[in-house]
Amino acid sequence: MRNLSSGRSSYSYWLSVHVLALFLALLISGECSAVATPTSGIRPGAPINPSVKDRPNDEGGAIEITWEASFDDTRGRGIVRSYSILRSTEAVSGFEKVGEVDSGRGRYLFVDDGVENGKRHFYKLVSQTSSGAISEPCIIGPISASAQWFHSERWNMLIALIIVSASVLTFISMARKGRDLYIRPIAGLQAVDEAVGRATEMGRPVLYIPGILDMDDVQTIAGVAILGRVARKTAEYETPLTVPVSRSVVMSAAQETVKEAYWDVGKPDAFHPEMVRYLTDDQFGFAAGVDGIMLREKPATVFFQGAFYAESLILAETGHSIGAVQIAGTAMTSQLPFFVTACDYTLIGEELFAAGAYLTEDPRLLGSLKGQDVAKGLAIVFILIGIILETAGFHWLTEFLTVN
Amino acid sequence: MRREIPLIITFVCGITMIIQFFIPHWPFSDVKSYFQHTYMIIAAFAMILGICNLTRLHIFKIRDRRENWGYSIVLLVGLAIMAIPGLFQGIHEGTMFEFLFKNAHVPMNSTMFSLLAFFVASASYRAFRARTFDAALLLIAGFAVMLGRAPIGDTLTSFMPEGWQMSDLANWIMAFPNTAGQRAIMMGSGLGIVATSLRVILGIERSYLGGE
Repeated sequence: MRNLSSGRSSYSYWLSVHVLALFLALLISGECSAVATPTSGIRPGAPINPSVKDRPNDEGGAIEITWEASFDDTRGRGIVRSYSILRSTEAVSGFEKVGEVDSGRGRYLFVDDGVENGKRHFYKLVSQTSSGAISEPCIIGPISASAQWFHSERWNMLIALIIVSASVLTFISMARKGRDLYIRPIAGLQAVDEAVGRATEMGRPVLYIPGILDMDDVQTIAGVAILGRVARKTAEYETPLTVPVSRSVVMSAAQETVKEAYWDVGKPDAFHPEMVRYLTDDQFGFAAGVDGIMLREKPATVFFQGAFYAESLILAETGHSIGAVQIAGTAMTSQLPFFVTACDYTLIGEELFAAGAYLTEDPRLLGSLKGQDVAKGLAIVFILIGIILETAGFHWLTEFLTVN
Repeated sequence: MRREIPLIITFVCGITMIIQFFIPHWPFSDVKSYFQHTYMIIAAFAMILGICNLTRLHIFKIRDRRENWGYSIVLLVGLAIMAIPGLFQGIHEGTMFEFLFKNAHVPMNSTMFSLLAFFVASASYRAFRARTFDAALLLIAGFAVMLGRAPIGDTLTSFMPEGWQMSDLANWIMAFPNTAGQRAIMMGSGLGIVATSLRVILGIERSYLGGE
């Protein structure tokens, strides 16, 4: 018995050593690609070329596991139904299922976003059939998740931001020092005085709509900035001003802006909080409300300055039908054709953002416009260089400028 | 300080949002969602202000018997009919609010949206009059795209070789001149947004706070 026992013991030892060696060999060699041939019996082929890495450019806590389809996935016998991903902090035991991916593709990616930063993890990957048979496991690792201090795919954005900011700040500084800067005339903005004057002469109100988005949209901020200038003019001319808004935060900001404008001009008594009216957050409810105001109050001048969607043409056509002078401005490319068609003047894209600065004639603000123009010139230069390089078959500039 | 504190808050928030775009590491990774949640909380409270403004305006209008004051009654009754069931029953399926939303609000919204078709027709009539060279170009391009998008376009040009039919011309107009124009506007807008943001963050543009 002792001999037999001893024999069994040495056999077990021999088997353990070989299993361990095989396991280590699999770990070191990248393993499961070895199972790239059809397997006999019901057991499906294992996933091919599995790999694991920390997800790049994130706050940590996530590991990316990639692999190629098993030979029995779409090719071979086509019996693989799904792949299971299991995770453990040890190489040989303690694996718990963290996800499952359906078969049918050539290459797979699974993101395990429930891991702890800095902790070593091992992953076990198996393919399985609909009858429940599973393949040889692929064990990959160790790997640990970590957070990055810089998004490596955003260098281009950082460089562009620095160039544009430097250009804007340089011209603001030049303007502060009294340098005379030429800013091209914008017809729509030159017509603001005339449009408000017309409303005064006709004894009818001015209607100002700062878009339908909230204050977290830059177009709304630009719209409220222009409202400040327009309100100063209506205060000077003592022309009634109505500002319907579709967001309550915009209402608060617009009320404050109009109030300050009336105070600055020295006519605080002419200001009433009801000048700025909240209607509704609902897009078409707002359109119906503004249309009603237009038809009842018959404003002589209508401003549309901000972000608009499908209601743009409903509003602009109603304004046109009452014979109002209309000045629109938006950066929504899909709505610009409607405004161009239905309004007298349209500020296109960047002109909306320039308008607030343009109307103040504050040198610092005008300097920022000049800086913006120079940045635009640089963008044109990059486009021309890009065209030449792409035509010549060099793609590095395009790839560098691609935003991720 | 009434002006300085908002400017400081704007500066700190603006710079932090720029930094979080480039640095995925904590604490910047949580900044965006934190600010978004804060904004939503503020907006929820501001909604009360909005409703108060709306209600007050229309109550005064009814009280003073101003022109068209009858519409104000309709508005206030409508507001109450939607708000009261929502407040007491909730807005989930099977409630009065949900019934009103589905059977009154949605059809009224659809009615407003469908008006767009008529406004497009009247606006197109004005835009497509070839009074100038630009308007003539617009007319020709618009005509070609509309024809190319309908089966009759290709039927009329079936004698042309493959790739030269009306749908191909429409696709070319949409893919090249139209996309080029849109991208130019978008790039200009992008630069405008950067410049405006800089002005706001640095406190040069402060009209949104009320004043120059």
